[in-house]
Amino acid sequence: MEILVCVKRVPDTSENEIEINSDGNDIERDDLVYSVNEWDNYAVEEAIQIVDKVGGSVTVVTVGDDESEEVLRREMAMGANNGLLLTDDAFEGSDGKGIATILKAAVEKGNYDLIMTGAQADEGAAQVGGMLAALMDYPYASLVNLIEPGDGKLKVGREIEGGNQEMNEIELPCVLSIQTGINEPRYVGIRGIRKVASVDIPELGAGDLGMDAGAVGADAAKVKRLDYFVPDMGEGAEMLEGSTEEIIEKLIEYLKAKGGLK
Amino acid sequence: MAEVFAYIKHADGVAEDSALELIVAAKKIAPDAPVTAVITGSGADLDKVCNEMAAIYNAVWKIDNAALAYPNAEVVRKALVNTLPGDSIVLLPHDTFGMDLGPGLSIKMDSTFVADIVEIEGTDGGTLKIVRQEFSGMASAHVTCDISGGTVLNIRPGVYQPDESKAGGEVVDKSGDAGDLSVKRTFIEVVEAEAGDVDITKSEILVSVGRGIEDEDNVEIVFDLAKAMGADVSCSRPIVDAKWLEKSRQVGTSGQTVKPKVYMAMGISGSFQHLGGIKGNPFIVAVNKNAKAPIFQVADVGIEADILEFIPELTEAIEGL
Repeated sequence: MEILVCVKRVPDTSENEIEINSDGNDIERDDLVYSVNEWDNYAVEEAIQIVDKVGGSVTVVTVGDDESEEVLRREMAMGANNGLLLTDDAFEGSDGKGIATILKAAVEKGNYDLIMTGAQADEGAAQVGGMLAALMDYPYASLVNLIEPGDGKLKVGREIEGGNQEMNEIELPCVLSIQTGINEPRYVGIRGIRKVASVDIPELGAGDLGMDAGAVGADAAKVKRLDYFVPDMGEGAEMLEGSTEEIIEKLIEYLKAKGGLK
Repeated sequence: MAEVFAYIKHADGVAEDSALELIVAAKKIAPDAPVTAVITGSGADLDKVCNEMAAIYNAVWKIDNAALAYPNAEVVRKALVNTLPGDSIVLLPHDTFGMDLGPGLSIKMDSTFVADIVEIEGTDGGTLKIVRQEFSGMASAHVTCDISGGTVLNIRPGVYQPDESKAGGEVVDKSGDAGDLSVKRTFIEVVEAEAGDVDITKSEILVSVGRGIEDEDNVEIVFDLAKAMGADVSCSRPIVDAKWLEKSRQVGTSGQTVKPKVYMAMGISGSFQHLGGIKGNPFIVAVNKNAKAPIFQVADVGIEADILEFIPELTEAIEGL
């Protein structure tokens, strides 16, 4: 099975405090720790496991700048066979549909049976996979937490409310968005990264992809972020301060009053 | 102005809470425009929901087809694309169904899409201004969306209070417009979650642990605290993903809905999916080393601390009472 996994380089929210810059038009990006979008690691791991079972190859693709190459290399160190960097000044400022349009051009240049994305990324929109599927006229399933390969089709489980799982059969080629917990992504050590450090990763721009650059990028975007801001949090929590002893003393008083100690 | 539609989710003949929230969201976009409920399904259950919604919405479009008996997003998408006007404003709940349907629906309607909207500020001509959250809720953003050619808007569940006002519309049967509903994804069944050894939905006190616990070996300190308090242990999604605790202990929209008196959120950032599983207005204590964690917005009492240091000290203090 030929599998394409779409990945994204994002600020690691578990490693950073996200601050908004003084102009309010972006977050403070100096000193941010970036990593592969967490969901994407599960998608790549799943792709590798499927290929281990049924044969084929895994290609990882991203839309980004030169710095995005590092996340492709990381996923190749996990075991993805090929990397593909889609990069062009014309791609900058694309909205979700723009990104899906760029990915569609890359999909059409290959011969993929299965395309995967993470269920969501840093913007929390969970939109590119579903848009790409519709643009390709492929069937789509989101929030997938189980995949069983079959003949020309897959059995997939979707995570739905209440911890329940919705089972579907989906024809290939298709697009799936992958939920965390579907597997345990393998650890990537520094040695693994070194091994793929000099592997060639092709870079493709709008011209290479044979696409109309005017259909993507900031000018084509119909959904635009105006600014970032810190919302009015209302009252928020009463923050307990002082020495640890003082904090614990106050907390225990609260717990006693609210029925938090039996 | 284009017509405004709200997609009504329902099960067993009962509309979900989002049915009453989406009409409120619709009024924020177009205060005076009529809002039509569009409801897909099959048989008597569908009729029951349609009649219920007709009392609330200005009109109800019913799409009855055996292929729509279970809401497979691929089938629903076809039915909506075939039925709705091309420049419609379509509202969906941003839940596991809305996430499945919305992005592809917007492409097939040749309209725009915005996911997980937490606030609608209003329209200026053909431009809608809304608020979203990014970076796990750590930053909010104003976003504009061109709705002049139609749009699909996924509204976060629970951000609007249900509207109890009544409009009293008619049910219009649009089943004949649904057209070809053949798709390449077939629904098989829903596999119900397995019950665990503890039923956290009945717990009065929960000590809930999140990513801040860092390592499987550290989970023990959470059980020690719970024991001292007479509480049960629950958790957030990353702990289940890492397989450190069983799925039945997960609080959130994709896990259990809990109604304790006291909820101790330990090292939990507080994603909306997690908070969606906490009901009944408990007293929430949040301990997190990140002062910007969204959990502090909803907690009653907050402590900025590393749980790995704080929990053992708290346990010892409670044991000494």
